[in-house]
Amino acid sequence: MIKFDRVSKRYPHGIDALSDLSIEIADGDLAIVSGHSGAGKSTLLKMITAMEKPTVGTVLVNGQNVGALKDAGLPYYRRNLGIVFQDQRLLFDRSAFDNVMLPLTISGFPSTEAAKRVNAALDKVGLLARAKAMPIALSGGEQQRLAIARAVVNRPKLLIADEPSAHLDARTALDIAQIFIDFHRVGVTVMVSTCDPTFLAAEASCRIALDHGRLTR
Amino acid sequence: MISWLAGHFDALRVAMRRLIAAPVNTLLSLLAIGIALSTPLGGLVLFAATQGIAGSSALPQISVFMTLDTGKNDVVAMESKLKRTQGVDSVRLLTRETTLARMRKTEELAEVIDALPRNPFPDAFVVAPAVAEAAAIEQMAAQLKTWPKVDHVQIDSAWVVRLNAMLRLGKTVLVALSILLGFGLVAIIFSSTRSQVLALKNEIEVSQLLGATNAFISRPFLYVGWLQGLLGGFVAWIIVATLTSALRKPMADLAKLYDVSVVISLPDSVATLTVLAVASALGWVGTTIALRQHLWRSSFNR
Repeated sequence: MIKFDRVSKRYPHGIDALSDLSIEIADGDLAIVSGHSGAGKSTLLKMITAMEKPTVGTVLVNGQNVGALKDAGLPYYRRNLGIVFQDQRLLFDRSAFDNVMLPLTISGFPSTEAAKRVNAALDKVGLLARAKAMPIALSGGEQQRLAIARAVVNRPKLLIADEPSAHLDARTALDIAQIFIDFHRVGVTVMVSTCDPTFLAAEASCRIALDHGRLTR
Repeated sequence: MISWLAGHFDALRVAMRRLIAAPVNTLLSLLAIGIALSTPLGGLVLFAATQGIAGSSALPQISVFMTLDTGKNDVVAMESKLKRTQGVDSVRLLTRETTLARMRKTEELAEVIDALPRNPFPDAFVVAPAVAEAAAIEQMAAQLKTWPKVDHVQIDSAWVVRLNAMLRLGKTVLVALSILLGFGLVAIIFSSTRSQVLALKNEIEVSQLLGATNAFISRPFLYVGWLQGLLGGFVAWIIVATLTSALRKPMADLAKLYDVSVVISLPDSVATLTVLAVASALGWVGTTIALRQHLWRSSFNR
């Protein structure tokens, strides 16, 4: 379960990204965080991934106070999350297979078991045939799917995606949405931020609408 | 344990791949490290070679030649006086008869000496000073020269004393230079690691966000630093070995002029291993400092 308790975030230059935000997301939810650009969606997700600390309030993920995590515990906390970054953050000097392999290498998985998992993740997002391709050779939609494969290869209980449909055409966005729905259906808690009010709107079990860092719904 | 070893093996593989991926940078870095290390290593080789000269020749001696008209009684008195003189370790008398007999045994001189109307050699003393300092010996020689019946005073092997003094100074300079070059090596590796961290910024940040520990991210960099130090040490060895081969004959020729034997040889195994170990350690240190400055303070590390 994810719980934000009266969380505010003020960046050093004085901009309030989030103000007095209190939300709860249950295990197994498909949560959509919506709002215009600059509404605070990315900041909210960054607090869950421990990329940002709240200025005020607490963020609890499965009972763990994320803001109070020690440096030494941070990597192990992040290994339990699946993160799809807004800019994907793929490594362009290695193949699709090696990109997906990275989280398993970090976790110290035995290579044979890891290879099986990578192939399964690539298969799940429809990229098994492109395993040897370099990210630069993939289309925008394929790159997004590759980022999702990398996020889920560790089989996380919580999958977080920051604007995964941005810069994608409607058809590709639907394909991507379907991948999240599939993960949600097998019990993964999915949290997706989007500027598009229609993206995953029908399937969402939890909706968080933000405007200038405040909860509007 | 296997997983831990596999992690280190992977990191070593990544490190080697990074070094090979930028061959020009790698070669230039290794050359810079090699040149920096070749100075202390070369110094060790030179000192080992000159140690033979400094050690083989005993303390310098002073030869005191008497005038030809010095009588036997004067010689005895002189010997006694020399033995009582402060700063004199031992005195050996070479009578003019002994010298004549010795010279006559020399094939080329025998006929010449026989043709002479009288013994041309003076009585002489070989004085061994108790001290090794060049200044004290020169002072003693000057004092002996003022004594009555003394015709000529000569300091033998004074150059060994000067050589010893120069070697002592050289050793001090070499130690200071080695320390400075050690800092230089750390600076080279620091700069090289910093460049790598900046070049791999995206990969490092992604790894941190995917749950990589500092140790996991640092490991390949540390291996790169260690390898740079180690390979730089090998480059230094090659430089010194090449110079040693080139200098062997000229050094031997020079030594012959001083009637000593100098053998300049390749760095021995202890010197080689010491330089390699120190270079590897300094590589590791340079990398660690760079990682503390530029990696462990990363924005995603909080």
